[in-house]
Amino acid sequence: MIEVRIHGRGGQGNVVAAYLLASAAIIEGLFAQAFPAFGAERRGAPVTAFVRVAGQAVRRRCQVRQPDFLIIQDEALLYVPGVTEGLRAGGGILVNSAQGSAELSTVSGKDVISLPATALANQFLGKPVPNTALLAAFLTLMERLPLEALVKALGQRFKGEVLENNVRLIHAAASGVTPGLWRQKACPLFTARP
Amino acid sequence: MLQALEGSQAIAQAVALCRPQVVAAYPITPQTHIVEGLARLIADGKLQCELVSVESEFSAASVALGAVAAGSRVYTASASQGILLMSEVLYNIAGLRVPLVMTCANRAVSAPLSIWNDQQDSMAVRDAGWIQLYCADNQEAVDTTVQAYRIAERTELPVMVCVDGFTLTHTLEPLEIPPQDQVDAFLPPFRFARALDPSYPVSSGTLVSPEYYTEARHAHHQALLRAKDEIVAADSDWAVLTGRASGGLLQVDGPDDARVAILTLGSVFGTLLDAREEYPQLGPVKLIKLRAFRPFPVEALQQVCVGLSDVIVLERALSPGSGGIAGAEVRAALAELPAAPRVHNFAAGLGGRDVPLDIYPRLLAATQSASPVRFAILDVELDKLPVEDR
Repeated sequence: MIEVRIHGRGGQGNVVAAYLLASAAIIEGLFAQAFPAFGAERRGAPVTAFVRVAGQAVRRRCQVRQPDFLIIQDEALLYVPGVTEGLRAGGGILVNSAQGSAELSTVSGKDVISLPATALANQFLGKPVPNTALLAAFLTLMERLPLEALVKALGQRFKGEVLENNVRLIHAAASGVTPGLWRQKACPLFTARP
Repeated sequence: MLQALEGSQAIAQAVALCRPQVVAAYPITPQTHIVEGLARLIADGKLQCELVSVESEFSAASVALGAVAAGSRVYTASASQGILLMSEVLYNIAGLRVPLVMTCANRAVSAPLSIWNDQQDSMAVRDAGWIQLYCADNQEAVDTTVQAYRIAERTELPVMVCVDGFTLTHTLEPLEIPPQDQVDAFLPPFRFARALDPSYPVSSGTLVSPEYYTEARHAHHQALLRAKDEIVAADSDWAVLTGRASGGLLQVDGPDDARVAILTLGSVFGTLLDAREEYPQLGPVKLIKLRAFRPFPVEALQQVCVGLSDVIVLERALSPGSGGIAGAEVRAALAELPAAPRVHNFAAGLGGRDVPLDIYPRLLAATQSASPVRFAILDVELDKLPVEDR
């Protein structure tokens, strides 16, 4: 099982990001679970969402305390106490930032991979919603689930122009990170449903 | 085929498959996405049903009561304060013996104000005379919703399907939505023998003098006790049809030689299943999922607790000034056993507090105590309280 925690702010599509990631895994024949930790439901408030992906049914309902991966939709949250807490040794952090990975790692003192997801979203969607770009980068880094699964998951939720623009966006975002960089981190391996 | 669905959307689909004719609901907080999903299905022309959007939960329950009394299959959903606002009507629905199905998306009750999950709301109306079934996961929520209509219509009792708010309603997971023909085969069209009919006017719910009130209450109690058979039958018939069972009155998981059991209601069950695997050194433990809280399955519970030394009841509600609610009933039921197990009672996970895997060893520590733990809130952090409140 891998466990992912997504941090962002209300309005950035955190819950949708969690649902899309779990949906992509389910489409690929895996088991998954996604749920938010709701707080005040207003734009700008910090929001956390959780995803588990596994080769067998996910039964536990507790929050993810020791994630294998963190997806941080707002760079400023990287400096908020508790956000990176519990990350497993050797885990990965993906951050939405205009700074490069090396630069952001130096500045933050944490080993992170960055993606200018807001800029990409502005370019392709015309609005600053970084979630799908980050998911595409995450799947590309992991190389466990194909980008096509994310396209299918998006297709279950969106249609028309929104879907087409998101598909273009995720392909652009995927080329912004090194494929398979986190392949070894995505352990223990999970296998598909029989 | 397994589909990726959020709990509340899946429940909406399950309700739609039952072909309700009227849905009445208060559409604002503390409502879930369930009625939103149903409203969309109706607006899209995929469900032929009248949606009545009302100004309060009191009215939602009242509209639902009237619509069932007139012979319609009806659905409503609520939670938290909404359930409390409905409570007067919930008693009427049960007392008038109309077969309504509603989802309670379990949430904490104010004050202090909380939007998050616990089971205080449905526990607050446990004496209203409804059948109450608690779901451990979203697949059970889907399957139990369909079963609930059959149970309700055969027993002429309302059924409350209790689904942990957020923890289940807002969780997306792979779910099997039954095909329409399967649901149709299981659930025949609703024919209410006592449906109100303007051609034959009758009075219902009128004043009952002391000469008959007691008998009405007795009959209602007996009907709930008899409903146990229908709950078991609905689940086993559904299992024949779909291959999926939700546990009937209760479900036990664990080795026969276990002398200790943990009993719980709702979604904590899954967390405990995983926790038991994480802590194998703690020995064999049975996990009991109490699915039916009303009627309370005394005999079934006694049967599965024979030979146990300790039963630990974990619940997400309490009766302040008394202690646990489910715990007290389990203790009373098991006291009748010849070698009654010790019953320890804990509350945890109130107002949305996370129930982590390490709750498991903390629960099992109770078995080491010299005398049974009558009641304690397991995850209270006393250092947050002034000394006089500890």
